[in-house]
Amino acid sequence: MNDTSDITPEELDDLIQLIKGHYGYDFGDYSRASLTRRVRQCMEKAKIPTVYDLRFHLLNETSFFAWFLQSLTVNVTEMFRDPAFYRNLRETVIPRLASYPLIKIWHAGCATGEEVFSMAILLKEEGLLERTRIYATDINPANLEKARKGTVPLSAMKEYTANYIRSGGKAEFSSYYEARYDEVVMDPALLERVLFSQHNLVTDQVFNEFQLICCRNVLIYFNKDLQNRVLKLFYDSLVPFGYLALGMKESLLFMDVRSQFEAVSESVKVFRRKA
Amino acid sequence: MSGRSSRPSVSPSKYSEEKRNAVADKIPQTDLVVIGGSAGCVPVIIDLLDALPPSFPFAVVLVIHRQKSVPSEMDKVLGSNSHVRVIEPNDKDFILPGRVYLAPQNYHLLIEQDRSFSLDYSEPIHYSRPSIDPTFESAADVFGRRCTGILLSGANRDGADGLASILQSGGTAIVQNPATCDFPAMPQAGLEAAPEALILAPAEIASFISPEKP
Ligand SMILES: C[S@@+](CC[C@H](N)C(=O)[O-])C[C@H]1O[C@@H](n2cnc3c(N)ncnc32)[C@H](O)[C@@H]1O
Repeated sequence: MNDTSDITPEELDDLIQLIKGHYGYDFGDYSRASLTRRVRQCMEKAKIPTVYDLRFHLLNETSFFAWFLQSLTVNVTEMFRDPAFYRNLRETVIPRLASYPLIKIWHAGCATGEEVFSMAILLKEEGLLERTRIYATDINPANLEKARKGTVPLSAMKEYTANYIRSGGKAEFSSYYEARYDEVVMDPALLERVLFSQHNLVTDQVFNEFQLICCRNVLIYFNKDLQNRVLKLFYDSLVPFGYLALGMKESLLFMDVRSQFEAVSESVKVFRRKA
Repeated sequence: MSGRSSRPSVSPSKYSEEKRNAVADKIPQTDLVVIGGSAGCVPVIIDLLDALPPSFPFAVVLVIHRQKSVPSEMDKVLGSNSHVRVIEPNDKDFILPGRVYLAPQNYHLLIEQDRSFSLDYSEPIHYSRPSIDPTFESAADVFGRRCTGILLSGANRDGADGLASILQSGGTAIVQNPATCDFPAMPQAGLEAAPEALILAPAEIASFISPEKP
C-alpha cells in the first residue's frame, strides 16, 4: 500500500526547491509522475515516515543526499537492448560514420555503461573502434564509477547474449568478457576509447562536436520544456548530417527541432541532422 | 499458481441490484478506464474492446503483462477483431477520450497531471514491465474520482495496490469475478487490497463500459 508515504504535488515542489537550493541539482523540469514514485520508494526503503522527516534528512545529511540522488534517477539499462536498433546502427549508421577519419560519439545518460559496451563491440566488429572516441556522460557519479569498472551482472548475460545475436552480432559473445563469480568483466580493450565523465543535461553546455549522439530512455524523465532544451543542445552538438538515436518510445514529432531533423528510421527512432 | 481447479465461489449477494445501479451511475463520471490483466486476460480484453461503441467519452488504457524482448504484435492482436485501433503511446502523448492505449512492451506507463503519458524504464515490478500498479497509482493521482480501474484474470498480485489507490482517490474499482477467471489470483489479491471493489463477470464489465449497448 502506498498510503504510508503519500506525497502531494505541492510537497514534491517543495522538495525540488530544497534540493536545488541546497545541492544545486535542478529536478524542476523532470516528469512528475516518475519523480513522485521515486521519492515514495526512497521513503519506503529508508523507512522515512513523512515528507517532513525527509526534508530534515536531506538538509542535514550530505551522505543521505548522495544515496537519495542515486535512487532518484532511474539507472536501469541493458546491453543490446532493442536488437532492431543495434541492427539499424550496424547496417545504416556505422557505414556512414566510416568516412570520418576520427569518429566521435556521445552517449548522454549512459547509466552504468551497458549501452556503451554494446556500442564498442559493434564498432570493433565493423573495424572502427580504433579511430573512434566515445564520450559517455551521466548526471549520477555512482553510475559512472560502476561503468568505468566495466562489470555486468552474470545473471543478465543469457539475455544479453540473445540480444546480441538478434542484433546481428558477428562473434562469440563470450569472447568479449571474462566471468568472475557473480559478474563478468568486459574486455578492457573495449573501454580504451571511452571517456566517462559527469555531465548534467539540465545545466551543462555543448562540450564537443559529434557524428552520433545516443540518448536513449533519458528524455522520458523530462517534461516537454526540458526535452526541447536538451534536443537543442543535441542539435548544436551534432555535425551537419550527424545522427541522433533516441529510445523506442521517444519521438521528435512534437519537438521544436523536428524540422531540423529527418527520420532515418521512425521505428527504431534514429534521426539525422539536416545540415 | 492457481488454475481453474481452485476457483472460489463468489456469493451472489455481491451482485445486488443496488450495487449494479451504483456502477451504472459512475460511468458517466469516468474520464479514464484503466484495465490490467495477466495470464488469461487477453480473450476477455478482446471481447471488451469488441463491445465498445464506435465512440465513447473516456479513454481506455490497457496494461497487460507481456513477454520481454520478444517482438510483440499485441496492439495488432487486440485491434484485429474490432473497430477500435489500439495505440501504443509515445512518451508525453496526450490522453484523448475515445481512444484505446496499450502500455508498450518493456516500459512502465505513467500518467502526468496534464493528462499526458510518461514512459518509465525502471525496475520490473512483480516480475513485470509494464506493471499494472504504477499505471493504476498514477491514474488515481491524476484522475481521482474520474478514474475506473478494472483488474482481470492473472496469476500474481500486480494491480492490487493500484486498485486500492484508485478506490482511495474516490475512483471506481472493479475486479473480474474470480469464478470466471482462468487465473483468479490477480482479482483475488485485488479484492483483498480493495474489498469494496465490484465483482463483475466479463459480460457485466462489457455492459459497464459500453452503456449504450445492452
Ligand atoms: C533509464 S537510464 C537509461 C540508460 C541507457 N541510456 C539505456 O537506455 O539503457 C537513464 C539515465 O539518465 C541519467 N540522467 C537523468 N537525468 C540526467 C541529466 N539531467 N543529465 C544526464 N543524465 C541524466 C540517469 O542517471 C540514468 O543513468
